[in-house]
Amino acid sequence: MSLDISFIGILIGSIMASSVPLILAASGELITERSGVLNLGVEGMMIIGAISGFALMVLTDNLFIAIVGSMLSGVIISLIFGFLTQSLLTNHVATGLALTIFGIGLSAMLGKNFVGIPGKEFPILFSSLRESIPLFGPILFGHSIVLYFAFALPFLTNYFLKKTKLGLVVRAVGDSPVSASNQGINVILVRYCCILYGGAMCGLAGAYLSLIYTPQWIENMTAGRGWIALALVVFATWSPIKVLIGALIFGGITILQLHMQAIGFRIPVQFLSALPYLMTIIVLVVISRDSRKIKLNTPTSLGRIFYKEK
Amino acid sequence: MYKNFLRYLISAIFLLGFSVNSNADFKVGFVYVGPTGDHGWTFQHHEGRNAVEAAGIKTTFVESVPEGADAERVIRQLAQSGHDLIFTTSFGYMDPTNKVAKDFPNVKFEHATGYKREHSNVSTYSARFYEGRTLLGHIAGKMTKTNTIGYIASFPIPEVIRGINAMTLAAQKVNPNIKTKIVWVFTWYDPGKEAEAAQALIDQGADIIMQHTDSTAPVQTAEKAGVWSFGQASDMQRFAPKSILTSIIDDWAPYYVERAIAARDGTWNQQDTWHGLKEGMVAMGPYNSAMGADLVKEVEQLQKDLASGKVHSFTGPIYDQKGNILVAEGKVADDGMLAGMSVYVKGVEGDIPK
Repeated sequence: MSLDISFIGILIGSIMASSVPLILAASGELITERSGVLNLGVEGMMIIGAISGFALMVLTDNLFIAIVGSMLSGVIISLIFGFLTQSLLTNHVATGLALTIFGIGLSAMLGKNFVGIPGKEFPILFSSLRESIPLFGPILFGHSIVLYFAFALPFLTNYFLKKTKLGLVVRAVGDSPVSASNQGINVILVRYCCILYGGAMCGLAGAYLSLIYTPQWIENMTAGRGWIALALVVFATWSPIKVLIGALIFGGITILQLHMQAIGFRIPVQFLSALPYLMTIIVLVVISRDSRKIKLNTPTSLGRIFYKEK
Repeated sequence: MYKNFLRYLISAIFLLGFSVNSNADFKVGFVYVGPTGDHGWTFQHHEGRNAVEAAGIKTTFVESVPEGADAERVIRQLAQSGHDLIFTTSFGYMDPTNKVAKDFPNVKFEHATGYKREHSNVSTYSARFYEGRTLLGHIAGKMTKTNTIGYIASFPIPEVIRGINAMTLAAQKVNPNIKTKIVWVFTWYDPGKEAEAAQALIDQGADIIMQHTDSTAPVQTAEKAGVWSFGQASDMQRFAPKSILTSIIDDWAPYYVERAIAARDGTWNQQDTWHGLKEGMVAMGPYNSAMGADLVKEVEQLQKDLASGKVHSFTGPIYDQKGNILVAEGKVADDGMLAGMSVYVKGVEGDIPK
């Protein structure tokens, strides 16, 4: 068993890599939910992003197009959700579930010809620094650009919601669409934008899986990560920073428990397997005890249909 | 009133006549645990289905059916919608299959890798994958430099434990210092998690990665890390051309065609089939030239001997982890013992999750 400094660095690096899809998807969904829209289609949008990204990489041999394309595909599929819930006023929960089922099915169909094609190496940044600095090298350097973006995203989201006028608008729409509308805000337009943004982030999260993390296309390769991202948003009480903490704990314990098994700790394996879920919930509940803050962050009109009388 | 009654009666007789005389639209249903594109377990079953279809028999399949309440619903629906023979292709479908079989005595059921045949219309079939594991163990024992073999296991069921034991016994025979490290992932299919498990094992010093899960993620992780690996259920060589030493391939096609034709022609009987290298239900992928010509020759000979029955994967003396004897010297394990295997042999690290 090796528990030296360089190993700890590598371990933390791989924990960070595994939590990226959760951070991206949850941050996107967080904005959607803060505008009062509950989109349960995260899993479906992620898997569509995964296949679009991979397919575009194969067809164009250009990773930039693949990444942008995956975000666009997330936007397009979330547009369906937006149109149904915002323009046709359908139920958010039912439409979101349908979106997930649709996404999984559609991705399997689109992906038929892309199964079994090996992926391409995704460029990593600062790879020389990764090797030369003992502990912090593998933690800070040698990752893909998407990872750096993912780790900046919760802070950007936090800044956006708290410090910008547009963030205030999003929160107003999520808390009281009627008052916002009376103030002259176009509630439907704001919600559309937030839905599309959420779709883009979920698409990127999927592409991270199929292009960077396990570079290949396999059906259903998101394997439930969308649902975990959804749960993270709720348990993090709609706070972007807590989403980051939750995603890291979840990713961290998932990987740690595998290492503990490989090292040979005599702890029941079922307990180890349940640990990521348990610990994430416990930690997030403990750090979000302040009920005043929860109230402040919770979008009061989440999932309610807004209808403007003309 | 009477007129109506008569009309109903006539149509009822007609319908009955049609449903009895259904040889023309004989249909076979398949239930898969993963997607057909997994390039592993389900992919191979799907190849078997394609062979049945090619033999001129109509088939339907349902993929990615979770093992549990959903499975029963899907199997029941297939039975209700006029399928005459239903293959349920994962261990976890065992109880649902038997439950539905009770309610549909005229439908035939074939359950893969299980042992329960509670009704006369349920057959079971499986492949002696452990024979393939013996070959992998032999190769692993010879190829490892760190003497550590990493094994990604799905669920603690006899089939998986049998594979771990067969591999370990064969590896010990050629390399007494071997250690088998096991990580249980509690899923058949989650590429991300399987990749993480492979990485954890590599980080802990394993230079051979073996999997009893269905995706190609572990072999790709091994390829990236520069360690050896083995394909599972299907030839995964093109996913990790440098890393894969060989693959265990499940070939269900001949069995599926034979059983489907038997069911159509009315010669289907309940049976318990367990075929291996000999019958070709278990086959090996191409051997990697990195193994060296001598080792390839050795393994090919072992493969022949396993097929002919000259060598058995579980030949005594075999001890469990505590040192109690499981199979006496000079004896081989019988099928009953193999089917119910629930303890590790000596040399495997850790405990079996209960």
